[in-house]
Amino acid sequence: MNHEEGNNARNESLAMKKSGLCMTIEGVTKDFISGKRTVRALDNFSASVKKGIVTGLIGPDGAGKTTLMRIAAGLLVPDSGHVSILGMDSTTDFLAVQSSIGYMPQRFGLYEDLTVQENLDLYADLHDIPASKRQARYDELMNMTGLAPFTSRLAGRLSGGMKQKLGLACSLMNVPELLILDEPTVGVDPVSRRELWEIVYRQVRDENMSVLLSTAYLDEAERCQEVILIHEGIFLGQDSPEVFSRSLAGNSFMLTPDEGQKRRLQEELSHTDGVVDAIILGSKVRLVTEEPVDAHEVERRFCKNTGFRAESVPPRFEDAFIKLLRDRLKDRGEIQDSTPVSRTPVEGNPDEEVINVRNLVRKFGDFYAVRGISFSVRHGEIFGLLGANGAGKSTTFRMLCGLLPASGGHLMVAGKDLRTAGAEARANVGYMAQKFSLYPELTVVQNLKFFSSAYGLEGKYRKERIRWALDSFQLEPLKDVRSADLPLGYKQRLALAAALMHEPPILFLDEPTSGVDPLARREFWRHINALAQAGVTVMVTTHFMEEAEYCDRMVIMAQGEILAQGTPEELKARFRTDKNPNPTMEDTFIALIEKHEAEKDRGGH
Amino acid sequence: MIKKIFALMIKEFIAILTNRKSRMVLVIPPIAQLIVFGYAASFDLNNVPYAVYNEDPGQASRELLARFEGSRAFKLVRTLDSDGDIAPVINLKEALIVLHIGPKFSENIRRNQPAELQVILDGRNSNTALIALNYVHSIVMDFNQAWSARHEGHVPPARLVVRSWFNRTLNSHWFIITGIVALLTLVVTIEITAMSVAKEREGGTFDQLLVTPMTPLEILIGKSLPGFIIGTLEATFIMFMIVAWFHIPLRGSILAMYVGLSAFLLSAIGIGLMISAMSVTQQQGLMGAFLFLVPSVILSGFATPIENMPEAVQAITYLNPLRYFLIIVRSIFMEGASFSLLWPQYWPMALIGILSLATAGIMFRRRMY
Amino acid sequence: MSRTEKGAKFPAGARSPRSTSGRHVSRGINRTRLKGLIRKEMYQIIRDPSSIGIAFVLPVILLLIFGYGVSLDAKHVPVAVVIDKPSREVSDFISGFRQSAYFRPVIMNNIKEAEHAVMTREVDGIIWFRSNFGRQMFLEGNAPVEVILNGVDANKARITQGYITGVWIKWLERYALEKGVRLRMPATVKHRIWFNASVRSRNYLVPGLIAIIMTLIGAMLTSMVIAREWERGTMEALIVTPVSMKEIIIGKVVPYFFLGMSGMVLSVLMAVWIFHVPLRGSILALTAGSALFMLTAIFMGLLISTAAGSQFVAGQIAIVITFLPAFILSGFVFDIGSMPVPIQWLTHIVPARYFVSMLQTIFLAGNIWPIFITNCLWLMGMGAFFMMVIKKKSRKRLE
Repeated sequence: MNHEEGNNARNESLAMKKSGLCMTIEGVTKDFISGKRTVRALDNFSASVKKGIVTGLIGPDGAGKTTLMRIAAGLLVPDSGHVSILGMDSTTDFLAVQSSIGYMPQRFGLYEDLTVQENLDLYADLHDIPASKRQARYDELMNMTGLAPFTSRLAGRLSGGMKQKLGLACSLMNVPELLILDEPTVGVDPVSRRELWEIVYRQVRDENMSVLLSTAYLDEAERCQEVILIHEGIFLGQDSPEVFSRSLAGNSFMLTPDEGQKRRLQEELSHTDGVVDAIILGSKVRLVTEEPVDAHEVERRFCKNTGFRAESVPPRFEDAFIKLLRDRLKDRGEIQDSTPVSRTPVEGNPDEEVINVRNLVRKFGDFYAVRGISFSVRHGEIFGLLGANGAGKSTTFRMLCGLLPASGGHLMVAGKDLRTAGAEARANVGYMAQKFSLYPELTVVQNLKFFSSAYGLEGKYRKERIRWALDSFQLEPLKDVRSADLPLGYKQRLALAAALMHEPPILFLDEPTSGVDPLARREFWRHINALAQAGVTVMVTTHFMEEAEYCDRMVIMAQGEILAQGTPEELKARFRTDKNPNPTMEDTFIALIEKHEAEKDRGGH
Repeated sequence: MIKKIFALMIKEFIAILTNRKSRMVLVIPPIAQLIVFGYAASFDLNNVPYAVYNEDPGQASRELLARFEGSRAFKLVRTLDSDGDIAPVINLKEALIVLHIGPKFSENIRRNQPAELQVILDGRNSNTALIALNYVHSIVMDFNQAWSARHEGHVPPARLVVRSWFNRTLNSHWFIITGIVALLTLVVTIEITAMSVAKEREGGTFDQLLVTPMTPLEILIGKSLPGFIIGTLEATFIMFMIVAWFHIPLRGSILAMYVGLSAFLLSAIGIGLMISAMSVTQQQGLMGAFLFLVPSVILSGFATPIENMPEAVQAITYLNPLRYFLIIVRSIFMEGASFSLLWPQYWPMALIGILSLATAGIMFRRRMY
Repeated sequence: MSRTEKGAKFPAGARSPRSTSGRHVSRGINRTRLKGLIRKEMYQIIRDPSSIGIAFVLPVILLLIFGYGVSLDAKHVPVAVVIDKPSREVSDFISGFRQSAYFRPVIMNNIKEAEHAVMTREVDGIIWFRSNFGRQMFLEGNAPVEVILNGVDANKARITQGYITGVWIKWLERYALEKGVRLRMPATVKHRIWFNASVRSRNYLVPGLIAIIMTLIGAMLTSMVIAREWERGTMEALIVTPVSMKEIIIGKVVPYFFLGMSGMVLSVLMAVWIFHVPLRGSILALTAGSALFMLTAIFMGLLISTAAGSQFVAGQIAIVITFLPAFILSGFVFDIGSMPVPIQWLTHIVPARYFVSMLQTIFLAGNIWPIFITNCLWLMGMGAFFMMVIKKKSRKRLE
């Protein structure tokens, strides 16, 4: 760098300091070529990040968050526009940028076959931190992350949350001025999530660090001082989260429907004009209206067929985000008033136990993935299996589907053990695997044809069902698109359609909504609600605590054990305190884990 | 049942054929390998570079050397003037052979004394050296016969009359090229099948498949058929090329060939699916395929005879389906062998096929974690 | 104590090393960074069974399979002997076969039986003395001994034919000595096969194999490990640090070079001790040549990994472009000079070709410097070319 340039950079940096900005994004556009199509990941995107605060980059998967962060870190070159960080251009001056920032990619690249200490050493070497200062920095980071007792453990042996904290520690090695975190909390259990946020806040407070952090969890947006909203590569807005939610003050209500009517109420509200959003929260329904109204008017104006009581509640950031997305779709004329799937009612007694699990155990070598759990699911219920990654819920799930033999205990699905029962018994079950497992080379219609045949459908009935799937899930216009090229939301629809081809009375859903945007998630749950309404028994796993609210009953798992089971209300009620009269599902989960750990500690002594 | 299998088969075909890359894999490498193998892989020598150090001014030596110059197998690169030149020429690989004729060669021949032609060969590739030496021998034998016919003397009491069956000119291309039918068919079939289950495991669709009412047998058949059909087409294409392009006669019964091909494909598919069912990722499938293919090609008699291997290694080759099919292909192409002669080759392949398919079927459900 | 509380013990006054943490940007090579990268790679190699497997287990397995499986030395070739009318001369001739290690004669009663044995592959050839053999031998001489060979494996047939000719010539000499006659045999061939007088095919196959195995290992090790870094996301975390691409590449080459060379040492030891291949050249030349080749192979691997996004594709490419070409086009078994000219050109871009030639020379012929140097120059040229392409292709970018 010659002298003059250096001066310029310093001047610019001074200008930035004055303006209080550490990063400016100007008109950035970036296209990717995937197959024959060009996908625009960022479209003339402009925003800025202020110094010394936490700025959130909020948007669903595939919105362009990662692309933007990679451009900022100098890992990608924008097609047009530029990003300037601390006065340096991140494309032309990327080496200088990279020595001033800390960047943590989505799946932080920890060397899993190196120990915690060796990972730290590597990053200290890479940042050329003088040997004399190292030990102090290590101690500081290890204390902060709580990893001090584990320095000699291989990184691969750490839990998901600990890995994420180590990744964060590595990217904080050189005390960067700007910290860029790409979805640091994805797949992390709520306890670790809270700890990660603690660390981030501490950096801002003690080091005056600036942080840009992306997330798909809308509840996390409220923890940021400022948020940048992004959707399909387009800038939707930037402000503090309160400003966004305040715009909907007086539009949010909690409705308490009559006993057993929550699904009907939510379904009816979804069709009603003037409704932005209606979702089930436990036994209640949360409503967001277009215009501010008072609670009595809500009771009068909306949904005359189902009885309910309405009470006004403060707006959430999520409400505003949903409204923004809806408005955008409406402007483009893309909002379809879809009806949920139709299903011939399944006969059955509501008290009948469709799924029964007793003392179920699964060992992998010496490791107990599932340690003797018991629960049962009744006819027409939506039953949730909740827990962080590695809690044992997928293992349990796979045993129920007959994909994995149990090491001990007893399990029944529709009166049979699917592992030993004949192939016909599996026709009772619809299964939607994690990550929407479809055949990527096959088109939508070819996938449907294949799955219908695999389920043994024939002739006219098979044709009818394929038509039904194309119609009910609005797949008709995309029927000749290869499923690899479908947007995530459509993949999810197709996967659900494939699992429903043979009208199964029992439906297994493994992480059915991970990664899809909030609108697609809402639509998905509408279908599931309709199915449950028709008497289909639904079993679902999820690590989104908020989704637990859709379930009738659920179990919360950790380390292969069931910590608690019951309805969402029952569980939340157990942790209602004066300080927190309305605990969320996440609060409940964290409290359960802490209680469990405390019990374990006591047991250890 | 048939409809389910059919649907699975169609799905497999679409998956293989709609992807341009995987379509290419089925077409380009076989053709490229056929050409490279066909032209490059041969034990026959031509244009063997040789140098001559002739100390003999006589006529006999000139006549003998003329025979070398006239042979297409040899190419004269240097004429040497002293003994000391021999070593560098060989060491630096300028010539593979040096022919050294002593000063009294012609005179000795005239006087009916033993006349020696000294041949020095570069033994760094001793097989090439041996073959070249054989060529030298046959040129000298021809020379002797011609010379004897012109000059009277004692005739040797016996002579060798050599005939080679099935391949009169002993063209080693025939041996290698016919082997390619078996080799490429094996590689393509293993490639298709070894990835097929692993790929579905990786993508999560295999769980989806296992949860449908399809039985492992149906999955097994549905997954086998595409490999079977593609393998048959590929083998047919290569055989056609061998006859049409390389002009190697197909002497035996086509029916016997296809019966053998079916048994071979059965065993190859079985092993491929077994590898696939045992691996969790495509990467493992690839490594498994590689670790199976390399030894099975080496220990098959494709390039070097099984009889030359140590006994213990020979015993292992009985587990190798390629061993049997190579014999079938070569026998039918060159020997015109009949069904009954090939029976001992058919049944081991069928047995390997059935056992490995059964194992694969069991592994489908077992190996789920 | 809950986990959150642990974090609270943050020394409030501890200022961080921000100001001294190497904010300067250098495009050269920083020793601390390079040392860190190499150390990291070493730990990974030690802990990852797959790289140890590729470097040590694969060569051992391949050398054993090839070393024992590939042999062109025909021994105990079964031949059918059909004698229509026994005589002393015929028995004498046959005893020549019995004494030779190359043959296992099987006496058959008639030609039909022998022909059947050829068809069923019990024997590889027939030696047939017709009933008038003895009479013709005494009356006219030049009595025909009919030799029928199975020509399916032409190479084997030709070698067998050579052996039979040898037995025949020996017999003629014996016969002449016994009868005290001088036969009309104008020219005789006296051959010397240099470097491998006993004509053991293993002596040249094993060095060739080492070249092939090292190509595979060098390319596979590096291509897979770099692809793995991309796949696991570690590369992304690595390249946003101030590290330069040069450092990353050197940090990969150095450890895998030593790993590959250890595999090489193992292979050479196996060649000498298990397969008894003579090592006539200098260890120094062997080491220098191998080092050069290993670097070329590693650069090739780096190039593959730059082209391939995933370990899977990298593995596939590495196998396809290293194994078969090295096997067929390196001159390892098939003579390059006898190939069609366009294919001879093609062999020049196969690095294994130069290493095969170098190894066969160093093992069997000794230090022949002109050959050594020519091959080294070719390898250097290829290595430099690969390096240039890598330098051009690899940027600190994700695209």
